Amino acid sequence: MLTKRVIPCLDVRNGKLTKGVKFKDNIDIGDPVETARRYYEDGADEIVFYDITASHEGRGIMLKVVEHVAEQIFIPFSVGGGIATVADMRDVLLAGAEKISVNSAAVKNPHIISEGAAAFGSQCIVVGMDVLRVPQSAAIPSGYEIVIHGGRKHMGIDALWWAQEAERLGAGELCVNSIDADGTKDGYELTLTRLIADHVRIPVIASGGAGSPQHMVDAVTKGRASAALIASIVHYGEYTVTDLKRYMAAQGVPVRTVW
Amino acid sequence: MLAILDYKAGNLTSVQRALEYLSIPCTITADPQRIAASDGLIFPGVGAAGSAMNTLRETGLHNIMAQQIQAGKPLLGICLGCQILLDHSQENNTPTLGIIPGHCAEFSPDLCEEDGSPINIPHMGWNSLIMKKNCVLFNGIDLRSEFYFVHSYYPQPAPEFVIATTCYGREFCSVHGRPGLWATQFHPEKSGQPGLKLLSNFYTYCSEVHHAH
Repeated sequence: MLTKRVIPCLDVRNGKLTKGVKFKDNIDIGDPVETARRYYEDGADEIVFYDITASHEGRGIMLKVVEHVAEQIFIPFSVGGGIATVADMRDVLLAGAEKISVNSAAVKNPHIISEGAAAFGSQCIVVGMDVLRVPQSAAIPSGYEIVIHGGRKHMGIDALWWAQEAERLGAGELCVNSIDADGTKDGYELTLTRLIADHVRIPVIASGGAGSPQHMVDAVTKGRASAALIASIVHYGEYTVTDLKRYMAAQGVPVRTVW
Repeated sequence: MLAILDYKAGNLTSVQRALEYLSIPCTITADPQRIAASDGLIFPGVGAAGSAMNTLRETGLHNIMAQQIQAGKPLLGICLGCQILLDHSQENNTPTLGIIPGHCAEFSPDLCEEDGSPINIPHMGWNSLIMKKNCVLFNGIDLRSEFYFVHSYYPQPAPEFVIATTCYGREFCSVHGRPGLWATQFHPEKSGQPGLKLLSNFYTYCSEVHHAH
């Protein structure tokens, strides 16, 4: 039986692990390679690196991080943040990542999804969506809007429409991140997660808001997500990945328990 | 030394990194002499059956592989490499290598998971095996282990070649082959410790065959 995945997400800035709340006030909290290795040993099913570096030098450092991770961590991992062209994707894949997450670049230029899928296969292309709850309107019938720049820029695009469009263009997976829930530790936005998961055939990763193991159970049961993305809940040592998976298993969620 | 067959498919370097981590000597190559000199072949792959077959034919690698297998060289196919060892693939409606009898079919979108919800395609994530036969590749591996899959098509070899199956919407063959010629639909190089152990078992087998000759 296919298990539900637990995916720690590491925000990396200039080669250092960092964490913010609602996309603001980032502080450095450690070495991404060491941390990824610990999560791997604790039973993480996959790892996501999100590069929040803007500078050119920072990009070079990030590719080194990806290489170091690929040399010692033998589970899939994906890299996102600032990837805007097929050439950027190739750099990241050659450095050793399995998947690429495109977010704002895909909103601005949706063809990056189809170009990436044609060049590397749909299984490589994760479309990350930052979503904000808004009043329902003719333009945003679902009441969930796509935003970029960490929620600062509204795009006037309906999140459900965009999810289906990304699937049509060849995305292999969707990572649905609620800006309302991000960093709050109050739980995932289950209505949003479920809405997207019920309307696409590709796997959906729930993101934003994990504060307890029960939240993760809810994401994959009530939210129908295939995977739960986590950050603060493990970065500060509150829970280990092992603790979370044991809890999920005890609640009857199929998770990988032997590694 | 293991030869990772270079036919321009994806993820060749992932396999190389895993072997290097295990201190197993390996090289990514399409050179017939280096392939002939190796102790075993790894035939990996991410991509589409049609373009993979074109590259194999253009480079003549399909003949080299057939000769090597005929001569008793061990081979491990992975993912796409597992599928195109068969006779035919529904993907791009392509005749494939025909080294193991059978064909490769697409997951039907009508299939459902155990809870009744329609399956996602691709089958992506960690899934378990139901062993149908003993296989030296699994020596020392806890058979409750899950392995990492990502695919939209699945192999259907002749029944006598089925080594293990996996359930996703239906039961499908996830490991097939015969002694010395194996193929896994999952990615051992991305399946953590159990996957690394499988690669290491393959190398051990290759070394033993090499020394017996």
